[in-house]
Formats: sequence, structure tokens, C-alpha cells
Amino acid sequence: MRGEGHRFAVWVAVLGAAAGHAISGPAAAVEVTELREGAGRDLTLGRCIICHSVEYIPSNAPAMNRAAWQKTIQKMKEKFGAPITDEEARQILDYLDANYSAKTG
Amino acid sequence: MLTRREALLAGAGWLATRAGANEGVAGAVGGAEILGALPGKKPLIQRAFRPPNFETPLADLQPSYTGNAVFFVRYHLPNIPYVDAAAWRLEVGGPSAQHPLVLSLRELKGNFEHVSINAVNQCSGNRRGLFAPRVPGVQWGNGAMGHALWAGVRLRDVLHKAGVAADALEVVFNGADTPLLPGTPDFVKSLPIDRALDENTLIAYEMNGAPLPHWNGAPARLVVPGWTGTYWVKHLTDIRIQPAAFDGFWMKSAYRIPTGAFATARFASQETTENTPVTEMVVNSLITSPAPATRLRRGAPARLAGKAWDAGAGIASVEVSLDGRQSWRPAKLGRDLGRFAWREFELPLDTSRSGPIEVAVRARSRNGSIQPEKLTPNPSGYHDNIVQTARVEVS
Repeated sequence: MRGEGHRFAVWVAVLGAAAGHAISGPAAAVEVTELREGAGRDLTLGRCIICHSVEYIPSNAPAMNRAAWQKTIQKMKEKFGAPITDEEARQILDYLDANYSAKTG
Repeated sequence: MLTRREALLAGAGWLATRAGANEGVAGAVGGAEILGALPGKKPLIQRAFRPPNFETPLADLQPSYTGNAVFFVRYHLPNIPYVDAAAWRLEVGGPSAQHPLVLSLRELKGNFEHVSINAVNQCSGNRRGLFAPRVPGVQWGNGAMGHALWAGVRLRDVLHKAGVAADALEVVFNGADTPLLPGTPDFVKSLPIDRALDENTLIAYEMNGAPLPHWNGAPARLVVPGWTGTYWVKHLTDIRIQPAAFDGFWMKSAYRIPTGAFATARFASQETTENTPVTEMVVNSLITSPAPATRLRRGAPARLAGKAWDAGAGIASVEVSLDGRQSWRPAKLGRDLGRFAWREFELPLDTSRSGPIEVAVRARSRNGSIQPEKLTPNPSGYHDNIVQTARVEVS
């Protein structure tokens, strides 16, 4: 099911952290590497995690639509030097738009 | 007793409540909140693991001083070395420095007057996740801020030792953190010369009486009271005094607001007709108690409490409405800890009747500014200082 893997990982982390906080001391922060299943996921994950963990992708979804993702990918390429070809950028855009465009307000 | 799931949902309720009051947008922050502890830190709200961006939970913002182990963490670049304090050197130079110098931590501590200041450190993007309409960026809630006692030396004493030439326009600060890719701009910030020479701007090596934690900039960081956290460069390694505007990405392209949109200090050498750097904080407040989704027992004593702060004029008053903003009354202010500190406030709550209490809080600065009813739109979601609201249920 779409999104199930991501949600599962998040809940495990939340429950683990909450349990650690309340019962057994600090729960070490861990890198989130889960993204929704879909065409282009592995490419997106592989390019994005070079510089940053991917919590940003689901957390930014409510602020994003296709144009906003296009702008973000362009910024990563042009301002931050991300090694992404134009063809890869197109596939990443399709993936992010299909799975994480949920602009509200 | 709450189940674990209910407790988690109650914790998340604050954001939902606030967003509900904020033009009806539901689900303030995308996805569930994860708590994670960095080495040496207690569990914080994990907005991003790498570069580390961790937010202080509301409960940890209740004390007068925000603890070092719970103070928020904000980075832009993934390479963050643990700096060896004994080997660390601070270079002070640049074209407008007449006598460039290099300081060890021992020299920094020994050669200049030791000073300290209470000050709020707030990320420019604090509450971005509550903006409506939503804007991209780290989706912070209320906790990309804290209040601490910072101790170190005055930046101006160090700059004067290096000799400030008459043509000095900006002072540029770099830290030990670096990018991973050659094309990523290093995180380098500048201040106008007058702010760099302000007596309150410090090179700090202590926070709340202890050495700076690694994640908050050890062994020394910039402290710019009144200005947003972006200028508080961590793990300082070099300072350059220069006669020209610094043109790095993090000044020219990032951390900018529409020119003229806010009544904050101007940064003239960095200003364009379109936009200008974010500078000072705006007058603001935070309700820390009752915690969101708390139910008050009818007849039991209860109080509203929180913090108010501005850019250094100081807080004149905090006004509270308990009737949906029809009438306002003054809250009792706590001790004045200094004009850059936050000011605590409280007000008893009447729990004699069951039902909801619609709470609204607005702080007023001694400079006359007051928290507004509406957000000022800006593309990066800065300066969310709208009137704070909470719905408290008595039953």
C-alpha cells in the first residue's frame, strides 16, 4: 500500500522515542531513509541523501506542488551543486509530484 | 491514565490547535513528529537528522532558562566536526583589519574582559510549519528558540584589537561546519559594522554556566542579542572585517524578507529594492502552560503562563483575553532579566464554570509595537508573531 512503509517507520521511531523518553533514557536519533514506493523513488532517495536526510520530503509536502518541487530541484542543482542530470531531475520531479505534492492554504 | 498513543496525540495537539486558529488550515506539520536524541542531548523533535535540525519540545520551554541538553539545534551543512578546543584557533583579519590576529581559546578567555548576557536565540524560521499558506523549508513548530545566559567576550573588543579601519562596512563570520559537495556554498554570514561593534554582541564560549555544547557551537559562537539565530554563527573559525558587502549565498539569496515589509533594523549594505536580510526579531509571545489539549478540572486552581520577547526594547506588557478577544487584561510579568531576555508572564484562570476558555495573548514592546492579528506574507515564512491563541477546556 502506498505510504505504508513510511508510516510504519515513523510510528516505530515515535513509539521508540516516546518509550525511551518516559522509561529508559534518551533514544538515539536515527536517520530516516524511507520514502513512498513509486517510480523514481530509488533515484530520488539516492540523490537527495547525499547531502540531507529525507524527513524534509514528507514534512514539506503540505507546502509543495509541482511548480514548487521544480523550483526546489533547480535550487539543489544550481545553488547547492547537486549532481543531478536534466533527465534525472525530470524523473525526480515526477516522483515527488506524484507522491509529495499536497499544497494547502 | 492516557495510553501511549493518546499521550502522543495530545502532544501533537498543540500544533493542530494553533493551525486551527490560524485561518483554518488543518495538519500544521506534515507527518508524525519523531523524537530523537543527539549525543549529549535529550530527545528533541527531529525535523531533520542530517544536517541536524532538532526542535525543543514545549515542556522544555517552561523554565526561565532553556537547558543546554534541550536547546534547539539548527544546521545547514552536513559536515560538522567535533572541534578540539585546545587546537582551535580564531583568525581575525580581512582587508579592513589593521592588525590581523590569531587567538587560541585560552587567549580569547584571558586577553579580553569576560562578560555575560541573558538573551533569546530564535531561528528566523521558528513557526514556519504554522504558516498559512504553507511555505517550504524546515517545518518548525514553536521550539526553534530558547533563552540562555551567554558568556564570553565582546566581539568589539576583539575587533578593536585587530584594528578596525575607517572603511569597514561589514564583518564576515565563518564556522567549522562545511558542505559535502564542492558546489554547495559554505555557511558564512555577515553583520553590518555597527551591529558587530555593538557592546551586546559577543563571542561566547559558555551557555548557562557551562561550556557551549557541541551542537550549539563549541568551542565559541557568535551571540547577537535581538537578531535572529542565523547570525549566531557556531564553531567560529574566522572573522573578516571588510569594506564591501559580503556576497555569499547565505546573505544574498537566503534569509531574506521583502524590503519594507517589517519594521526591523535595516541592513543597508545588503538591501535591494526587492528584498533585504532578515535582521531583528519581532515582538512575540509563547503560551507554555496549560499544555495543549490539557483539560482543567472544574474548581481546581489553574494559571496561564508563558514568555514574551522582542529585539531588545524590552516587553512593556502582555495582554490576555479569555473571551475570544472581546476584552483584554494585563498579565502579571515576571522578573526583568534584561532587555534581550524573554519576560515571563502569568494570569490565574477561572475554573469555576465548565466549558471552553478561548485564550488569546499579545505582547507589547516598549518600542510600541504589538503582536498583530495577521501574518505578514513572505516567501520563507519568517516572523510569525501573530496573537497567540489556545482553547482550554474546563470540565
